[in-house]
Amino acid sequence: MSGFEPESRWQASAFLAAGPSSFADFLTTTAPHLLPPSRHAGDLAHAGHAGSPPDIPHGTTIIAAVCDGGVVMAGDRRATSGNMISQRDIEKVFRCDEFTAAGIAGAAGIAIDMVRLFGVELEHYEKLEGRMLSLEGKANRLAGLVRANLGAAMQGLIAVPLLAGYDEETSKGRIFSFDPTGGKYEEQGFFSIGSGSVFARGSLKKLYRDGMSAQDVIMVLMEGLYDAADDDSATGGPDMARRIFPIVATVTADGFERLTDDDAGRYAAAVVSERMRHPDGPPAPLRPPAS
Amino acid sequence: MPFYVSPEQVMKDKGDYARKRIAQIRSGVVMTCDAGILCVAPNLYRALRKFSELYDRIAFAAVGRYNEFESLRKAGVRYADMTGFQYDRRDVTARGLADWYAQLLGALFTDSPKPYEVELVVAEVGASPDLDEIYRIIFDGSVAEEHGFVVMGGPADKVASVLKERYSPTMSLTEAMRLAMAALAGQGDGSGTEPLTSTQLEVALLERARPHRAFRRITGARLEALLADAGGAAAAVPADGTEPAAGTEPAAGTGAGGATDSSSANGSGSANGSGGGTDSGTPGDAAGS
Repeated sequence: MSGFEPESRWQASAFLAAGPSSFADFLTTTAPHLLPPSRHAGDLAHAGHAGSPPDIPHGTTIIAAVCDGGVVMAGDRRATSGNMISQRDIEKVFRCDEFTAAGIAGAAGIAIDMVRLFGVELEHYEKLEGRMLSLEGKANRLAGLVRANLGAAMQGLIAVPLLAGYDEETSKGRIFSFDPTGGKYEEQGFFSIGSGSVFARGSLKKLYRDGMSAQDVIMVLMEGLYDAADDDSATGGPDMARRIFPIVATVTADGFERLTDDDAGRYAAAVVSERMRHPDGPPAPLRPPAS
Repeated sequence: MPFYVSPEQVMKDKGDYARKRIAQIRSGVVMTCDAGILCVAPNLYRALRKFSELYDRIAFAAVGRYNEFESLRKAGVRYADMTGFQYDRRDVTARGLADWYAQLLGALFTDSPKPYEVELVVAEVGASPDLDEIYRIIFDGSVAEEHGFVVMGGPADKVASVLKERYSPTMSLTEAMRLAMAALAGQGDGSGTEPLTSTQLEVALLERARPHRAFRRITGARLEALLADAGGAAAAVPADGTEPAAGTEPAAGTGAGGATDSSSANGSGSANGSGGGTDSGTPGDAAGS
């Protein structure tokens, strides 16, 4: 292949070779400089920040819950660097392909890049192989990308996604969480990640029911995010003044669909006006034992 | 001992070889219409595709040797995904890909003992028909920008003459399909009078109105319906006047084991009912080296 160098570093033979169907693997062999630095062993060790990662933007709370015929994911809009709000309208819920959404928590730069690579990875496989990966396959692939960040995670730059997808084989929504070592865990019903996740999950426990419609689940997630923002300083609540509302996405047999800001605003306004009367949220009915 | 062969002779021989092989296969058509960019070609196999998605608004179409254009398709997907990942999705363009393919095929033609027996089209759907881009790249890396429609492989002049006469960029999808069928029926391989059925066709559309990824295959019931709509009026405008000239189109089993696009060439033979047992060329043949 002498004489052909479209870009001096991109050799044509690498493109024509019968290679892997994984985009990340192709980049590893062909253009490793395009991958996140943590994939090159030791790069970060030389960065000199071991033990004290710099104050970079961090994403906070993502929640997802299964609904009738699919799954819904929502994320607040705040990114924090230390005690400073670095962005008040960051987007942390992404469309990965027609049937999956991913939300991110942790070091935002690393996590956004990870999810972007994941999206290309899914589409790349689909185009080369002529079929979509199974939902399990997608989750395993994302686990691999999370594991590739382990070096940076060990030095404090932790980034983990939450994956919500529609499984065409079972016609159901499913949720997968990940740990920084690449562990993949399927969650039942609902799950949350990020700094406000504990408060959101407590809220969802009281409000979520199996088999809820998508609309009801959106409402439950809005309540959960409100509770997270209520008790976690790094999670942003709905900003009625600037009209910045959580990002909400549904994934069903019809594919990925993100709520418009107006629609999300209507759900957020409903939650806020209800909280004017009950600041702690809808009271759960309590049934003492019959004495 | 090696003989000296002049560079002129080497290039001429390679060019003649590739030209001859590409003329033997059956034509495919890529054309702009109001719904988007329509791709139609005879193809018996559902797994061995001639049309596929390169990127969001860009399709790849090819005729020729399957294993050769398949490796070019995969190379293009890698190039497109890499460019889009490094820059932005909108920075992947048909022009860039066509240029890249032209360099690639040009280098392959010069360097390899046997030229690639392929003809490629890279098409990008725009916001309106006049913004569509269609590039045709042939075996030696020559690239041409086409307007409205392009015919790949086979008796291209004959097929194109039908299109030239009746084509208009504002055609509906049904009208475009009808015209494509009429043009492909006039290839003069002896099956011209028998319209191709849905199982003998590969049809894809870069759908203008579709968000994100525009490429869509038209198969099954949708293809039947489209063919029925297109066929209803096609009867009123029979594709005569393009009577087969038997000499120009050796149908089934020509050349070395039907290596060049044997799938579709043989497919036409089977539609004709000739030599039922031998005509079906396995996918392995078509994909074989």
